[in-house]
Formats: sequence, structure tokens, C-alpha cells
Amino acid sequence: MLTLLLAADSISGWQLFVQQCLNGLTYGALIALIALGYTMVYGIIGLINFAHGDLFMLGTFLTLTLINAFGLDTAASAWTVAISVAALLIVVALFCAVLNFSVDRLIYKPLRNAPKLAPLVSAIGVSFIFQNVGLLWKGPADLSVPKLISQRNLLGDSAITFTPSDAVLLVVVAAIMSGLTVLVKFTRLGKSMRAVSQDPVAAQLMGIHVERVIGSTFLIGGGLAGFAAVIYSMYIGTIGFQIGYINGLYAFTAAVLGGIGNIPGAVLGGIVIGMVRSLGSAYVEERWTAAIIFGILIVILIFRPSGLLGERMREKV
Amino acid sequence: MANPRMKAIVSYPPAIMQNLSRRNITGYLLVGLFFAGALPCLSGCGESTGQSKPEPATSVAVSTDNAATSGIIRIVSSLPRTGSAKLQTDTMVNGIKLALDEAAYKVGDFSLELEDRDDATAATGDWTPDAEGDNARQAANDPDVMVYIGPYNSGAAKVSMPILNRAGLLMISPANTAVGLTKPGLGEPDEPAIYRPTGKKNYARVVPADDLQGTCAAEWAKDMGIKTVYILDDNSFYGKGIAEMFRQRCNELEIDVLGHDSIDTKAQEFRSKMTSIKALKPDLLYYGGTTQTKGGQICKDMVAAGLKCKLMVPDGCMENAFIQAAGPENANERVYVTFGGVPPENQTGRGKEFVERYKKRFGFMPEAYAIYSYEATNAALEAIRKAGKKDRAAIIEAAFAIKDFPGALGNWSFDENGDTTLHKLSGNIVRSGKFEFVRLLGDGNQQKPMGDQKK
Repeated sequence: MLTLLLAADSISGWQLFVQQCLNGLTYGALIALIALGYTMVYGIIGLINFAHGDLFMLGTFLTLTLINAFGLDTAASAWTVAISVAALLIVVALFCAVLNFSVDRLIYKPLRNAPKLAPLVSAIGVSFIFQNVGLLWKGPADLSVPKLISQRNLLGDSAITFTPSDAVLLVVVAAIMSGLTVLVKFTRLGKSMRAVSQDPVAAQLMGIHVERVIGSTFLIGGGLAGFAAVIYSMYIGTIGFQIGYINGLYAFTAAVLGGIGNIPGAVLGGIVIGMVRSLGSAYVEERWTAAIIFGILIVILIFRPSGLLGERMREKV
Repeated sequence: MANPRMKAIVSYPPAIMQNLSRRNITGYLLVGLFFAGALPCLSGCGESTGQSKPEPATSVAVSTDNAATSGIIRIVSSLPRTGSAKLQTDTMVNGIKLALDEAAYKVGDFSLELEDRDDATAATGDWTPDAEGDNARQAANDPDVMVYIGPYNSGAAKVSMPILNRAGLLMISPANTAVGLTKPGLGEPDEPAIYRPTGKKNYARVVPADDLQGTCAAEWAKDMGIKTVYILDDNSFYGKGIAEMFRQRCNELEIDVLGHDSIDTKAQEFRSKMTSIKALKPDLLYYGGTTQTKGGQICKDMVAAGLKCKLMVPDGCMENAFIQAAGPENANERVYVTFGGVPPENQTGRGKEFVERYKKRFGFMPEAYAIYSYEATNAALEAIRKAGKKDRAAIIEAAFAIKDFPGALGNWSFDENGDTTLHKLSGNIVRSGKFEFVRLLGDGNQQKPMGDQKK
């Protein structure tokens, strides 16, 4: 690796380090975006929604379908791109939200009082259904999404590259994280959510419409998957019917790492994973990155079983 | 956010642990020992199922003395029929069907049947050892099966070769290029003997191997004026093998190899890796891998990371799915592909006639490997015809005796290792979203094919 640092003449060691940190930050933000959906749903009803990754995958498919339908491509003007990306975010988020909500009504709701494992296994089943829907929809091959957002360097001629698509990604993740935090902390719906999370029965006795709250949670979680889908399609640019599984796995890891059920925790977990992956690739070896990520996860969970920002729970009596 | 449910999740693993400790540990130890005992076998004989299914005895094949001269002969093809290779293998299976059509599904008094088997799973999107092993075992145990066409991936061949070798069944691969499968002294020290437990040969291929492809790729790079190269591979039998061949030839040609790393093919993006490579400023990035092992993403992330050099990939990326995955705007004028033959558009003579017939029958252009599966099938039919009886050993013997076969690829023979005598490779570039033939490779110092494909 030293050779790598010495051989670089146009880009110095520290610039390379900064670039790799940026890479890690943007990739981590992407993972965080998917992780937020996991954490939301878990926080309210304690269900690890394994179908979340595949819901996100269907969102990426819709993104590509819409891009092709409107004939958008790299040549579009900046305004066209801005408007179409905004429109995509809204449409795909709505699609994923409604789909997530429907799955909850059809499949998880009848199991509300069943043992914990029943909805969990059903979620895995939904994940397989979604994967096969994706397979029928777009076929087995990986597809490429045209890069709508320009790839020029915002930093001019600097050796460090920071493109508009990186900027959009970071801004969207920051906005969504703040928005969610505000929603949960300060709104009426957020208050009901926290109440349901603490004790659904007591919440019901206090006059909270529990099913409505859970439904809203699935809507919000699905919407987040939709946002993640659009941004992922723009940023990574390759989609296929299996991307839900591996990204879901990383996102779930991020959520657990940060403390499942904790919104800033999910973002922190995502950023940690992105950083470890990027710096691991640069200074260790590309092939070990996954092993390093899960190794670090194990170490952190040994010392903080409830994650980086998760609260230690009291026993429920 | 408060969440009282942490407890529920965390309490599962300890419960499982208690269950374990309550049970008889020795049972687990025994199972563990069994698998540990199977380990040398895992690495050695390429059987990765870890199950000790009884190997079919050679007696499955009808004995030579009273071999039938009529009845059904089944041909099994084992290719990745799910995942992104499907676009390629659809046309490969069409190639097999075309050959069978032209023979009217008959050889002498035998009627032919095709069994189109899949060695990939949707869950992996790529071939799996289990699926390939199952295909080989089923074929071995079916007394009507006389030929096994496949596999597509060299790694898959490692799994099925020993199984079919014990069963004495002829394998003709349309696409395996890893050197160790046939050529002594080029792969690992114990290759190819480990794939031939009986000591007899039963595996042949109609494509030139990577000792040609890897070295030709390096020579092509040299001709293009490449001075420095960075090598990546997908850590697979095929990808690592060809990257190694390429690297050796680069060293001989004094092309400076700046580094060689493997990627984790489960990763979704390689921007960080590309950033590191960009800092080294190579003239060329070589990727030993396939479309199914993220070849397209490598191309895409080069562009995203601002790495402006050329990308060279082997024949595992010679399919339209690769251009789709990379995005034509990223691959155009950047990606150079080596391939053990010439692309369908550039076929001449009998190869061109095949492409015409294929288009007429199926209504679209074949992919690069369709002509090879067509050729493999015709070679198999020729072997059955020459053997004249339903006898596996006789058919293998007849196949290895094929000389100056007037096929769609030209006139070729199988040599003593089961390799084709064709040495025609092509260098191609991606241009306006399609593979475009650039030049022939490696026929300068090789024996000239006797075919009618002279450029």
C-alpha cells in the first residue's frame, strides 16, 4: 500500500485520503437511507421487515421504467434534470409507500398478535415474492440506469472529485434524517408513534388509533425505500432483481450497528459501514472489505449490544 | 426512539445456545469431524456438495459387447439458464437445437433428445457448484445420456468433470477456457489429473484456452502502446486464471504491472478501489472476470471515479448483458474484449452461413457463444455417428479421434488433451453499444487454422 501512496504524484496521500473519505461518506449515506426504513418500522412494531430491501429494489425498477418512459438521458438540461429527479422522488416514494402499506394490511396485520416469528417469516416470504416480481418485470440481467445528474467536478480542477450527484445524495439524506427526527419528536403523529412503540395496549386505551399509526409507519417506511431507490439508481447506476438482498443486508447491519429503532443511529451506522468499506479498500485490500465490516459489527455489539446510539432497555415487567 | 423490543431480538441467540448445550455435543462434533474429513475432498476433487452420494459406477454405461444400435440417445446441456448469462445461454441452447434440427434429431437409427439443464440459481444469478454437480450426477446415472454439453463456466467444469469422468461420459464444453482443465503444466501442479480420477480422458472443448487468450490480451495491449497496467480479478477459477496468464505475459513484454487485487463480487460498487487505481495512473485496467461477477459495474465505476484509462476484459464479458450492465455510454470506446474466436457479425464462410440460418430460424442475431454450442453439438453427433453404437466409451474414443472436422468454425481437430486446434482469437472493442471486431490475435506465431475464415 505504501507504493500506492508513493506512486501518486498528481494526487498526494492526504488528498487520496480525503477522496476515499468522501467515497465512504456518500456510499454510507446511501446505506443509511435504506437503513432508515428498517429502523422506522422496527421502532414502532418491533418487526424486522426483511422485505424492505426488495421493496427498495422494486422502487429502482420503477425509477428505470419512468426514466425510459420519459426518454430522459444524460443530455437533458440542468432544469429538466432537477425537475425530473424531484418528480421521480415523489412518484417512486408514493409507489413504495402504497405497496408497503398494502403488504402490511394484507400480510402483517392478521399476524399482529401472533408470536414474533410469524410476521418475521412472512416478511421473508414477501421478500421472495418481490424478488420474483422483479424477475418477471425486468428479467434476470443487470440493467444500467442512465446518469441523469452531471458528473462534473464541483471542485473545479482539484485532484479531489465531488460531483453534483454526491451533493444531492448527502443533502437528501441529511434532509430526510432531520425531517424524520422532527416528525417523531414534535408532531402529533410522532407522539402517537412513540406511544405505540412503548406500549400498544396502553396507547389504545388512551384513545390512539393504533392500526392507523402502524399504517402510517409502513407508509413512511415505504416512502423512505422509494427515496433510497431513486438516489441509488442515480448514484450506483446498476440495478437488478437481487440488489435488494445485499443492500438490505448492509442496511440492516447499519441499523443494528447504530441501534435499531434509533433514527440518527441508522445514519451513523450507514456512515460507519461506508467509511470502513472505502478505507478498507484503499488501505487494506478490496476483497477483505466485507469481512472487516462484519468484524467491526461483532466487536461493537460485544461492547454495546444495543448498538452505538441504542438505549439499553429495561426488562418489561 | 425508545424501543422495548430490543430484548426480544437479543434473547433469541442465547436461547439457541442453551438448546445447543443441552443437546448431546458429541453429535455435533461428529458432524463437524465428518465435514472436516470432507475438506480435503472439497479442495481436491471439486465436489462441493459435501454429501457422499454414491458415485455412479461405469457399469451404468451399457457394456460394449451388446451395445444397442438403435433407440434413444439423450444429450444433456448444462448452462447457466438463470441470471444475466441467460441472454447468452438462450442463444447457446438455440445453437444446440439448430444442430439437432439439421440432423432431424436422428443419428443413424438413434433418435436424439435434448435435456436443457440449468446450473445457475436465481438466488445467486450465477452458476452454483450444487446445481452443476446435480446436473452431472443426473446425467451420469441416466443410461440414455451419451453426451454432456457444457458447462459454460470453468469453475463449474471443476465440479462436474470428476463426476462425469467416473461415469465415462463424454463432455464437450462450448465455453470453458481455464487452462488447468486440459493442459498439463500450465495450471496447478495436479491439474488436469485431479479432474480425471479414472486416468482416462472424457473432456474436450471447442474454444481455445486462456493460455492463448491471456497472453494474446497482453500482446494486444503491448501493440496498443500500453506501458502500465493494473490487474483486477473476481477471485474465481476462471477470472484469477486468466488474470494470472495476462500478468505473466505482461512481465515478459515489460509492461509494468502496478498492482493486482481481487474484488469481492458481492459488493455493489467499487468506487474506492477505482480511486486508488486512479492515483496510480495506469494506461490500462485489466479485469479477469465475467458479466456475472460485476464486470459491468467495474466499467461504470471507473467512469464515476474519473479513471480515464482503457478497460480490457476477457471473453466472460463477451455478451450483450455486459454492455447493458456497464451502460453503453460508459463502455463505448473504452472497453476492449478478447474472445476465442470471432464475433457472429464477423463470421465468414461456414460460420456466416450458420449465423444466417440461425437468424432465419430464431429471428435475431446469436450471441458470441451460440456458434460454439452449435459446433460442440455437431462434434458430438459426429462422434455418435462414428461410434455407431450406444456406448459411452466408444463415443468418447470417436470424439477424441475427430480430425479436420469441417465445422462452422473452420476445419479443426481435437488434440490429445481434448483441446481444439483452432487458434483464432479476436480483439473487439465496444462501439456505439455493440461489440465491434478490431483485429485477429495470436495467429501470428500459432499454426494457422485450415478453415475458410481467412480475413
